[in-house]
Amino acid sequence: MFTYAPAPESTAIVDLKPSYGLFVDGKFTDGSGAFKTINPATEEVLAEVALADEADVDRAVAAARKAFKKWSKMKGSERGKYLFRIARIIQERSRELAVLESLDNGKPIRESRDVDVPLVAAHFFYYAGWADKLSYAGFGPNPQPLGVAGQVIPWNFPLLMLAWKIAPALATGNTVVLKPAETTPLTALLFAEICQQADLPPGVVNIVTGAGATGAAIVNHPGVDKVAFTGSTEVGRLIARSVAGTRKKVTLELGGKAANIVFEDAALDQAVEGIVNGIFFNQGHVCCAGSRLLVQESVADQVLEALKRRMATLRVGDPLDKNTDIGAINSAEQLARITALAEIGSAEAERWSPPCELPSKGFWFAPTIFTGVTQAHRIAQEEVFGPVLSVLTFRTPAEAVEKANNTPYGLSAGIWTEKGSRILSMADKLRAGVVWANTFNKFDPTSPFGGYKESGYGREGGRHGLEGYLDV
Amino acid sequence: MTALLTSPSNATLRAFLHGLPGVDAVGLEQRAAGLSTRSIKTTAKAYALDLALRMVDLTTLEGADTPGKVRALCAKAMRPDPSDPDCPSTAAVCVYPSMVAVAHEELKGSGVHLASVATAFPAGQAPLNVKLDDTRAAVAAGADEIDMVISRGAFLAGDYLHVYEEVAAVKEACGDAHLKVILETGELATYDNIRRASWLAMMAGAHFIKTSTGKVSPAATLPTTLLMLEAVRDYRDATGTKIGVKPAGGIRTSKDAIKYLVTVNEIAGPDWLDPDWFRFGASTLLNDLLMQRHKLRTGHYSGPDYMTVD
Amino acid sequence: MSDRLAVLKTYKLYVGGKFPRSESGRTYRVQDSNVAKASRKDARDAVLAARAAVKGWAGATAYNRGQVLYRIAEMLEGRRDEFVALGSKPAEVDAAVDRWVWYAGWTDKIAQVVGGANPVAGPYFNLSAPEPTGVVAIVAPSSPLLGLVSVIAPAIATGNTVVVLAAEESPLAAVTLGEVMATSDLPGGVVNILTGSTAEVAPWLASHLDVNALDLTGVSDPALGVDLEIAAAQNLKRVLRPSTPDWAAEPGLNRLTSFLETKTVWHPKGS
Repeated sequence: MFTYAPAPESTAIVDLKPSYGLFVDGKFTDGSGAFKTINPATEEVLAEVALADEADVDRAVAAARKAFKKWSKMKGSERGKYLFRIARIIQERSRELAVLESLDNGKPIRESRDVDVPLVAAHFFYYAGWADKLSYAGFGPNPQPLGVAGQVIPWNFPLLMLAWKIAPALATGNTVVLKPAETTPLTALLFAEICQQADLPPGVVNIVTGAGATGAAIVNHPGVDKVAFTGSTEVGRLIARSVAGTRKKVTLELGGKAANIVFEDAALDQAVEGIVNGIFFNQGHVCCAGSRLLVQESVADQVLEALKRRMATLRVGDPLDKNTDIGAINSAEQLARITALAEIGSAEAERWSPPCELPSKGFWFAPTIFTGVTQAHRIAQEEVFGPVLSVLTFRTPAEAVEKANNTPYGLSAGIWTEKGSRILSMADKLRAGVVWANTFNKFDPTSPFGGYKESGYGREGGRHGLEGYLDV
Repeated sequence: MTALLTSPSNATLRAFLHGLPGVDAVGLEQRAAGLSTRSIKTTAKAYALDLALRMVDLTTLEGADTPGKVRALCAKAMRPDPSDPDCPSTAAVCVYPSMVAVAHEELKGSGVHLASVATAFPAGQAPLNVKLDDTRAAVAAGADEIDMVISRGAFLAGDYLHVYEEVAAVKEACGDAHLKVILETGELATYDNIRRASWLAMMAGAHFIKTSTGKVSPAATLPTTLLMLEAVRDYRDATGTKIGVKPAGGIRTSKDAIKYLVTVNEIAGPDWLDPDWFRFGASTLLNDLLMQRHKLRTGHYSGPDYMTVD
Repeated sequence: MSDRLAVLKTYKLYVGGKFPRSESGRTYRVQDSNVAKASRKDARDAVLAARAAVKGWAGATAYNRGQVLYRIAEMLEGRRDEFVALGSKPAEVDAAVDRWVWYAGWTDKIAQVVGGANPVAGPYFNLSAPEPTGVVAIVAPSSPLLGLVSVIAPAIATGNTVVVLAAEESPLAAVTLGEVMATSDLPGGVVNILTGSTAEVAPWLASHLDVNALDLTGVSDPALGVDLEIAAAQNLKRVLRPSTPDWAAEPGLNRLTSFLETKTVWHPKGS
């Protein structure tokens, strides 16, 4: 047997400190308390992180407000150079960032190394170039920044979501107060160090750590001009309510329950890869995950057989092993949620996972599919945010569209067919912000991302991503 | 032979081959690139190096080939690393038909197979009777494996029956010798064509499907080989018959060879991780495998001066 | 002075291309007329009509939508005097006609201005294009004709359908505009106009889960504005907050893009 020997990425490159402060006004400072962040693959404590309360958030907003005066007036070309500098340092320290991301998040090093961190650097490069070209962006001759942006990001792509938030905000002349997720604060704090290394003026970027209360303090702070949030639809609703009647401009990137539609004439091997990538990438902790497979009845058996065979080759385990495909679930809380929804699924439909041995410590969930699912089942309606795929069938293109759109969400969708005109007609009819045809889960700094309906509003990425940070 | 088609015509072959699922080039290449990132270390690497070595069809196909050159090659195939008695021999030696007798003499009793290219290799542009004579001559001289080329012109012109019948005829001419069918993927140009040619060759009776002659660029690539591994996997599912795969040309480093083995392992499955079912058509690859083996065995890097040049 | 007795107009709702009375049977007295006073059920019916019209209107070609909007301008031009008689200044009516013309021209251009190819770092075709948000509920401003046209036209130009709550104190122009639209090849249900109490009806539209966006431009009571925005959060409606724009100024793109979604389509490039 060709058994792959362990191939662990060394953690020596990461200099973990026992405790981390808040990054306010260019310096690391104490918070009002502290909390621990753990490695979800081992449940070991990685570090203690300062907890920001309302007063700490207030300090951060004040620092951002002070910095805004100079930063917004700085020549765009100079602002851009800071962002270019940051992008370069991210590239130089990419291995360190990737290892730290995998430690804190549980995602496979293969993904943090090959997807997350390269996209982070690319995002800063992209928006760096916009800083002195805003007059040409199609928003009028001299678009102005909004002021202080309060940004709250999730734990699934900690550093990438930071980049999606901070790069366009800074390029347009805003200053930011950003809160990383409670379970994944470490790369944001390393990013703060990178800001110091880049000599970014104090207060332009402030990182405050904490849980929901810290996030609420940012969102509700009267000194915040812009709120950008990525996370659950539930919290998105709370934010939309809490900014009612204010001047705050809001972008929300929320949940999804994407249909990945496979027609009988699809390139089946690539479709199977797309299904796997669609739902098992990043343990399924992806808002745009293709969590509902809609497969044409005439090929359903064939696709399922191929899918199961492919799933059996997925390697679940140590996130730092370079051969790991599926890492740890980010937290005990998330694992409990996935487990609970999967239990409901088991009562509704046929459940299958490939044989795989899960580590005894840490948070793990085997890649799972449910077959015989209908739109009426809860696992076809609710976002699981885990490596759990619901399989439904359809007979005609019209039925596929109807089922795909039968959800309050509208973030993404997938189409697999070798027929060009069908792709274009389906792409027209699917109510989703991103449609991947014959591919899935592709991201690029130039490509706008964001949802329809309850998946949120506003776009991140591309020229469109500037709009949320300008007074237009 | 085929259980899929009883009396094939151009029309039935076309209908069948064009009914196979399409191949999305970008998706296929990304899958191959993803498998390339597997990190094969320590014990896994040692296993892979020895396996790769045992899968090599050590090849010389030059106009300048002489009996002396071929004898040296045979010696190398049988004892790749004279300093290491545990070093396995290669799977086969692969030569032109004119050199088969020389090689046969050298390899007798060694367990190393003797492959010969035939059928007017590499272009295949000769009448069928010449190709069949070529094949019979190589088999008569002692070849137990025949590497034939398909008529790419006929394939590209849509004359699938011509290709099918030619493969079937050569197979008959092979007698007991195993037949490897070279698709010359670099000339078929599209992945859809490569999938169809793979099925056509398998249905016509190939024991192995092989990527390339080594005389056309690109020769073997990882995506092409992955696609052919999917074809043999699916063919076994459909018919119960297992077919081998041989990438040839351009695989020069151990690192590359290991990527191919990972691909075999994860696409066709471990059943194919055997010299009976997967081969590398290569020459310089062998020395790199030997150097890497040496490094694993001794803990330090070796150099070309310590590897025999044949 | 003719001794002929004038035929008075009954000011009714405009829903699904028809002019029904309020299902409640209620009217209110405003601008010296009896005007239908819409109920929550009328709001519900209007949303149903608007939703039913989405497929045809959003699916119509941009060219066709432009033709229809231009036709509205033509019809409005022919009924200038009627609006002047309802209290609009001639210049305002002219501006309202011209506004329809302006937006008629935008229908087949906005996608080119706000969409386009994205040069992604990989072998992919990648295109972003705007699509209508869906059903937009609009609380119309008190500028009874130009303001009204300025909020309806951009929303429907891009393929949305609308439910408009006319200005409570000056609804006559809105109903008459409905008559203009009913004779302009505009499919029924694309524009639905309710008259009545903003405070009573607007919350039903703001909280309706089959409404995709909410334009609060005409809300003058700040507390109501906040309540409506909060209600809209339930299904993450896109919200335009209350404002008092200068309707005479060139509108810019904001009202067009506020009710557009950007859809980005990826496809690999390989042979």
